[in-house]
Amino acid sequence: MDDVNGIVAETATRLLRDHIEHRLLVDAEAGALPGSLWNAVEEAGLTHAMIPELAGGVGLDGVVAANLVRLLGYHAAPLPLAETMLAARLLAEAGLVPPCGPLTVAAAGGGSGLALRRTSDGWHLSGKAERVPWGRVAGALAVVGDVGGERVVALAATADCTVARGTNLALEPRDTLTFDLRLSPAQVAPASVGTRELKLMGAALRSLALAGALDRVLELTAGYVGERVQFGRTLSKFQAVQQSMAVLAGQVAAAGGAADLAAEALAGSLSFPRIAAAKIRSGEAAGIAAGIAHQLHGAMGFSHEHVLHFYTKRLWAWREEFGGEAEWSRALGAQALRQDADSLWPFVTAA
Amino acid sequence: MSYFSYPAAVLPASAETLRAEVREFLAVELKDRGPLERAQSWMGFDADFSRKMGARGWIAMTWPRAYGGHESTALDRYVVLEEMLAAGAPVAAHWIADRQSGPLLLRYGSETQRQKILPRISAGECFFCIGMSEPNSGSDLAAARTRAEPAEGGYRVTGTKLWTTYAHHAHYMILLARTEPGERREGLSQFVVDLATPGITIRPVLDISGAHHFNEVHFEDVFLPADSIVGQPGDGWKQVMGELAFERSGPERFLSSFELLKALVRVLSEDPSDMAREQVGRLMAHLVVLRRLSTSVAGMLQAGQDPQFEAAVVKDLGALFEQEIPEIARRLVGCEPSLESQDRFLNVLAYTTLAAPSFSLRGGTREILRGIIARGLGLR
Ligand SMILES: Cc1cc2nc3c(=O)[nH]c(=O)nc-3n(C[C@H](O)[C@H](O)[C@H](O)COP(=O)(O)OP(=O)(O)OC[C@H]3O[C@@H](n4cnc5c(N)ncnc54)[C@H](O)[C@@H]3O)c2cc1C
Repeated sequence: MDDVNGIVAETATRLLRDHIEHRLLVDAEAGALPGSLWNAVEEAGLTHAMIPELAGGVGLDGVVAANLVRLLGYHAAPLPLAETMLAARLLAEAGLVPPCGPLTVAAAGGGSGLALRRTSDGWHLSGKAERVPWGRVAGALAVVGDVGGERVVALAATADCTVARGTNLALEPRDTLTFDLRLSPAQVAPASVGTRELKLMGAALRSLALAGALDRVLELTAGYVGERVQFGRTLSKFQAVQQSMAVLAGQVAAAGGAADLAAEALAGSLSFPRIAAAKIRSGEAAGIAAGIAHQLHGAMGFSHEHVLHFYTKRLWAWREEFGGEAEWSRALGAQALRQDADSLWPFVTAA
Repeated sequence: MSYFSYPAAVLPASAETLRAEVREFLAVELKDRGPLERAQSWMGFDADFSRKMGARGWIAMTWPRAYGGHESTALDRYVVLEEMLAAGAPVAAHWIADRQSGPLLLRYGSETQRQKILPRISAGECFFCIGMSEPNSGSDLAAARTRAEPAEGGYRVTGTKLWTTYAHHAHYMILLARTEPGERREGLSQFVVDLATPGITIRPVLDISGAHHFNEVHFEDVFLPADSIVGQPGDGWKQVMGELAFERSGPERFLSSFELLKALVRVLSEDPSDMAREQVGRLMAHLVVLRRLSTSVAGMLQAGQDPQFEAAVVKDLGALFEQEIPEIARRLVGCEPSLESQDRFLNVLAYTTLAAPSFSLRGGTREILRGIIARGLGLR
C-alpha cells in the first residue's frame, strides 16, 4: 500500500503546484471554484482519499490522507477539497454513496440552526446551516445529525436550498444555506459520529491546513529576508531579523507538531485532548507567525500584489473555524481541571 | 516544505510497562516529598535517590552493557526521565553524568576512562559537573581562558570556572580549557578532572533565592595526568558542541515548572472560572505539543540522527512555556507568592518565580538558541 500513499501524495503536490499561481488565487477571491483544478483533483481520486478501505476507499493511510489537507494549506488551495474528503468519508462510512463534485458538511441539531426530523415516509431537513464552507459550489452536503439520541448522516442536495453568500477573511465562501427538504429513507443512514465528532474532525482539518499555510509563510519570509537588501546587506544578516525568524520557525514547528497530533486523531480515535490541543496550538501559532511574517515583509507584504496575504488571511480565518483557541481551551481546561492534580500528568501522557 | 521535521516517535510497548514501574517506584520513594521540594525539579539533589535509580537500572539506560549500561532505547529512557520530572523526583545528583558527561566519555573517552567511570555513573554513585562557563566566557565559550599547559606527564591547569552547578557534591568535572595559546575555537580541549585533586578550590555562589547550587571552581596550578584528556587535544570545541546537543534535547527543557502547574490545577479545580479553564486548557495544549516534539527528538537520537536544530527549537519553546506558568498562575489566583506562608501553592509559586529567569539562560541562552535556529534556517 506504500505505493498508493506515495503516488497520491506526489500527485496532489504536482497538481497543486502546477495549477495554483498568483492569478488563480486572485480570481478565487471572487468566490468561484477554479474549475480545471477541481476537475484535476477529482479525476486523480483525491476527493475520496479519506474513505477507509472497509468503506470502499482505495486504502490510503489515514495519516497520509490527513496530511493532504496540510498540503492544501501550504498552497492556499481555493477549493473545498478538505470538506469534500470529509463529506465523502462521512457518507461512505454510513453506507451512502458520495456523489461526484464538490461536497461540504453541516451539523443538524446539537445547537445548530438546522433540524433533521423523521417523517411518516422519510426525513425532513429544515432551517439554516450557517457559514457552510463552500456552500454555494457544493452539489450536496453530508449533514451530521443528532436526532433524539440517534446519530445519523444525511445526503442533502443543495439544488433546492437558498444560499446567502458570505465569506471569511480570506474571502473563501462561507455561506448560509436554508433548507426545506424532504429526504427519502435511502438518503439518511445511522452514523458512528455525531455533531460533536463533526466539530472535532473539522477542527483537525483546520489545524492541518493552518500548519500547511504556516510552512509556506515561513518559507516565504525566509526567502524574502534572504533577498531584500537594506543598509547594504540582506535583511537576513541582521541579528534582530534572525531572532524574529527563529521565533517564527518555533511557532511553525509547534503548529507542525500540533498538526501531526490532529492527523493521527483524524485517522484514529478522534481523541478530544489531541484535537483540542492541536487546534489551540496551531491557532496561537497562526497569530504570532502572521504578525512576524508581515513585520519582516515590510510594506511589500501588505500589498495585494504580494502573495503573503493569501496565506496570512487564511491563518486568521482558519484559526476561528470549528472553534477558536478560547473555545477549545475552555473545553480542554475544564477536562484538565476535573482531574485531581496528581492525575494531571497521566492525563497528559494519555493525550 | 518544512525546515525542521519532527517525525512521529512511537513509544514502544515496553515503554508503557516501564512507565507503570516508574510510577510505582515513585509513589513509594517520594511519599514524603512535599510540593516545595518537588518544585526543584531536576535541581533537587539526593544521592541516595540516585543510587536507588541506579539499582533499578534507570541511569545509563542506553549505554552498552560493557560499561554498566542497559542497552535500552532512547525512548525508554525518555519515559523514565519524563516520569521523574513530572513527579518532581530529586534527580540532580546523577543528571549531568547521565545526560552528557557519560555520553561524552562513551563517544570520545579512552578505554581506561570508560572502564573506570561509566559503571559507577550507572550505579548512581559517581556525579559530574560541567566546567564550561568562566567569568569572561559565558555565551562565548571560545573565549575560555583557563589554561592547561602541557607539562611532564600531563598538564598544569590554572584558571576559574563559574556557575558550576553542584561542583561541591560532584566527583568529577568535565573541564573545558585552553591547551594551545590563541583566542578562539582552536586549541580548546576537554578533561575529566577528579575534583579531589590538590589545587582545586570550590567556593559557593548563592543564587537569587540565597540557595547554594552553583559554584566558583578555582584551579591553581593543578596537575592533571596525561590520561585525563578526553578525546584529542584541540578537539574541545567540536566535542562541547556535541555535548550541548544532548544538554538541549530533553524533557527537562519544558517540565521545570510542572509542579507549579499541578499546584495551580489543585487550587483552581475547586471552583474554576471560565478564565481559569481557558488558561489551563491553553497550557495543556502547549504541554501536549511540546511533549510530542520532544519525543520526536528522542526518536531521532535513537535513529542516530543529529537533531540539533530541532532540539534548539524545543528548548526555546519549552523555556517560554516554563516561564509563562508562574505569570499565569499569579494572575489567575491573584495572590502574593511566599516562601514563608503555610500555603503550599504560594510556596511553589514563590520558588518557581525565583527560578524562572534561569530557564532561558542555562544550557544556552534564548538568544544563542535563536541564533542556532537561524543558522538552521540558512540565514547565517
Ligand atoms: C542555573 C544555572 C546553572 C548553570 N550551570 C552551569 C554549569 O553547571 N556549568 C557551566 O559551565 N555553566 C553553567 N551555567 C552558565 C550558563 O551556561 C551561562 O549562564 C550561559 O551560557 C550564558 O552565559 P552568561 O551568563 O555569561 O551570559 P552572557 O553570555 O554574558 O549573556 C548575557 C545576555 O546577553 C545575550 N548575548 C550574549 N551574546 C550574545 C550574542 N552574540 N547575540 C545576542 N545576544 C547575546 C545573552 O543571550 C544573554 O541574554 C549556569 C547558569 C545558570 C543560570
